[in-house]
Amino acid sequence: MSTAQLEIQLIAIVVAAAAALPGVFLVLRRMAMMSDAISHAILIGIVVAFFIVHDLSHPLLIVGAALTGVLTVTLVEALSRTKRLHEDSAIGLVFPLLFSIGVILISRYASHVHLDLDAVLMGELAFAPFDRFVIAGQDLGPRALFVMSGILLLNILFIGLFYKEIKIATFDAGLAASLGFAPVAIHYGLMTIVSITAVGAFDAVGSLLVVALMIAPPAAAYLLTDRLSVMLLLSVLFGVISAIVGYWAAHMFDVSIAGMMATAAGIVFLLVFLFAPHRGIVAVARRRMHQRLQFAGGALAVHLLNHEGSPEAIEECRVDHLGDHLRWEMVFALRVIRYLQRNNLIRREGDYLHLTADGRSLAREMMVQ
Amino acid sequence: MSDSGAKQDLAIEVFDLTVAYRDKPVLWDIDLEVPEGVLMAVVGPNGAGKTTMMKSLLGLIKPAAGQVRIFGKPYAEVRSEVGYVPQRGTVDWDFPTTVIDVVMMGAYANLGWFKRPGRKEHEAALHALDRVGMKPFADRQISQLSGGQQQRVFLARALLQDARLYLMDEPFQGVDATTERAIIDILREMRKEGKTVIVVHHDLQTVPEYFDWVTLLNVRRIASGPVEDVFTEDNLRLAYGGKIAFITGQNHDHPEVVEAMEGKEEV
Amino acid sequence: MSDILRLLITDYTLRTVALGATVLGVTSGALGAFAVLRRQALLGDAVSHATLPGIALAFLLTQSKAPLVLLVGAAIAGWLGTLLVLAVVNNTRIKEDAALGLILSVFFGGGLVLLTLIQKMPIATQAGLDKFLFGQAAALVESDVIAMAVLAVPTLLLTALFWKEFKLLSFDPEYGATLGFKMRTMDILLTSLIVIAIVIGLQTVGVVLMSAMIVAPGAAARQWTDRLSVMVILSALFGAVSGVTGAVISSTMAHLPTGPTIVLVVSVIVVISLAFAPNRGLVWSYLRERRNRSRMRLEAVLGNMGLMARQHGQQTVGHTSSAIGAMSGGRIGIDARLRDLEQDKLVVQDSDGLWALTERGNQKAAEIMQRGVTE
Repeated sequence: MSTAQLEIQLIAIVVAAAAALPGVFLVLRRMAMMSDAISHAILIGIVVAFFIVHDLSHPLLIVGAALTGVLTVTLVEALSRTKRLHEDSAIGLVFPLLFSIGVILISRYASHVHLDLDAVLMGELAFAPFDRFVIAGQDLGPRALFVMSGILLLNILFIGLFYKEIKIATFDAGLAASLGFAPVAIHYGLMTIVSITAVGAFDAVGSLLVVALMIAPPAAAYLLTDRLSVMLLLSVLFGVISAIVGYWAAHMFDVSIAGMMATAAGIVFLLVFLFAPHRGIVAVARRRMHQRLQFAGGALAVHLLNHEGSPEAIEECRVDHLGDHLRWEMVFALRVIRYLQRNNLIRREGDYLHLTADGRSLAREMMVQ
Repeated sequence: MSDSGAKQDLAIEVFDLTVAYRDKPVLWDIDLEVPEGVLMAVVGPNGAGKTTMMKSLLGLIKPAAGQVRIFGKPYAEVRSEVGYVPQRGTVDWDFPTTVIDVVMMGAYANLGWFKRPGRKEHEAALHALDRVGMKPFADRQISQLSGGQQQRVFLARALLQDARLYLMDEPFQGVDATTERAIIDILREMRKEGKTVIVVHHDLQTVPEYFDWVTLLNVRRIASGPVEDVFTEDNLRLAYGGKIAFITGQNHDHPEVVEAMEGKEEV
Repeated sequence: MSDILRLLITDYTLRTVALGATVLGVTSGALGAFAVLRRQALLGDAVSHATLPGIALAFLLTQSKAPLVLLVGAAIAGWLGTLLVLAVVNNTRIKEDAALGLILSVFFGGGLVLLTLIQKMPIATQAGLDKFLFGQAAALVESDVIAMAVLAVPTLLLTALFWKEFKLLSFDPEYGATLGFKMRTMDILLTSLIVIAIVIGLQTVGVVLMSAMIVAPGAAARQWTDRLSVMVILSALFGAVSGVTGAVISSTMAHLPTGPTIVLVVSVIVVISLAFAPNRGLVWSYLRERRNRSRMRLEAVLGNMGLMARQHGQQTVGHTSSAIGAMSGGRIGIDARLRDLEQDKLVVQDSDGLWALTERGNQKAAEIMQRGVTE
């Protein structure tokens, strides 16, 4: 592995980790699409700031982009407050407009400089090692690595310092407000770091794919844990894995690194989505089948109890009645009966079903629920 | 329990109906018989499964077990005989449409696929609006209506179906006095015409006055029958879990006792 | 402008561009109106991004750049994206917004990977797929427009055919189901038609911005009317106008990508609609509110003068404007308000500069005070 390769991977890892942290809160606060809007819209901030300073590495670009990000959020909220549009329409109107202005400005006035449309979409991670951070003649490493590490540190600091506040504001905004935790300030703070992260990642992965790094790892982590701190750690881990796998896959096929990182993040999510121990769909399907059986067993027990000792009991407690009155397929009905027999909840005498003592108490228990 | 299909005088028969969301039971082994021509209230605390029962009757929810017969037949066969008035809050009242347009939706079932409503449906819709006192509002945009007016529009839409059985989900919820009176008048007209009406109802005070039949529900069926037989303190206590603080009819000062116990959400 | 009009009639390329843009604008406008009403605006965004790998794969598998082949590939990928969003939302605790963002960005990333792969291929024909990113109206040729029309005509016909059912689906699907209409089938059909509408516009507007053509015309049209039929027709019209205007401008000027230009035009229409549409226009409601506020302020002054007059037992006793102002919530602007009332002959100023109610003003004040009591 060459130094350049190592440096590219380091940058990719830092970008992925920095994106995953605020992403956790976007996913939890149901604002994932806002990150899509922000990452599109910051382009105009970057372009305008670039026209002022004519330097893609100038810190003013970050300021410009962060301002546009917050402006986007404000615009969307103002538009949906007018009640003339639903919020989804408001998002869907604001960011294409801002992004379009940015794209037009680039293609008309900046197409001959470093900023081009391919870079907007995919970033230029492969070239990142060429842009060095030099102080007093001393080469300290690629500039992007320093910028993104700074942003990662900022995100860690923001989340670390306001951990309790963000947590409360995320899970119960009303409570947060009554405790004086200013959920609105937290909201805008979060939107600001999302914007800053998006602009920092712009060079590396372009303006759109940062969304994949912000959403996919936290979404996967969300299926594995109920604890916020664990979710944060897992998200970062998944982001880092996606970065490394993405880099090597891109290297192997000689394709876009950023695109491969997004794809890898998607594959990590897909694997978790399928195989997560409790919330993966394989586990869910298995549990639902079991629940259905358990539930149907309970229903049958309740049914038997309801009619126990009544004059119509003969009718209601017959095996062939189940298909008729409970509307079950005979195959399913027999499975339910076997399930109950296996657990000693009913006895079967010829065509008739009787509750055992255990079955009776189960039925009572279920009715109390 | 009777042999299904034979009895023509039953509007609704429910056998062993059990409904669950995921693994949480919402309705447990409900048996129910509603004779044709009654005005029935369905009451019970929040989360009792009232709305779920209505939706199961309408085939909107697939039960985990049990079956429903309407006029002795499965719902799909007698669909045109059943009118439904959903809760007001289930639709977007800012939808770009007019009052008469919404009411004409009641005629869609008879039109079948593809065909558009015409003059005949328009006339019928105007008539239905007249019955609920909303004729002057026919061309209004629906967002300009008050809550009570919205409810009456929904009622008119159901009236247009000219069904034999009506299911209404909380038609009195948050409506003004005019609307409440208008709905009651319609309900009484319906009874005179021999229609069967099932109403999910919140206000226990008015049950004896408005209805002649009642079902008390709390996940299980607590009781069902004529109001004078079934609407007793004991049954109410059973349905509301003993938390109920007043007796039917007498304590007119505290209609809010029940309201206070109800949460905001309905399953 | 007249030059452009002449070119539109005589210039073959420009005519093709305009025709294509009309087809795309009408279809996305009409179907987009439903998407807006059903709150599927962001689904449109996800679908349009998700089509990219479909386009690239269709090309990789068939080596063909035939527009219909690529568009079918796009539609399949868009559809798959929609299904995955549904699968994630229905089976996990992940909410719709995250599912949309996830599918959108991951599919798009995959699409970019495939595009870079295609760019490396030693085929002469590989160039041109990146026009799908930001759209390129100038590259539209007759066969493209035909492919678009082949998809658009049945889409619009089905929308007309299922008009009543789609209306029911958008307004009250549960009620529709009780009437016996297969609402799930209708949902799948309408969503598929929206996917097709998106696919039709990809070449011209591009995957990145196509969602705006689904949302914006409908959002603008909603402001002008309270009828679904008018809204859908207007939306189609707005779509066509912005499509044609944007496409023609971009193909007659250098360095002006089509997608962003169209989005700019349609956004102008949205802003005008939001601001000036009768009834719903924000400018009108702002003015209405201001008028109401100023009327309420005048009524407050009048009511307070009525109170003062009652305290003195006589309407004709004058008061200084500052005394009246002090009672009516501040002295700022009180003089101007009194002058307004004077113009309506409700108050008079005597030679000492004191203000008193006229006979008419007194009646009006009594009305206001009466209303204040009953409210």
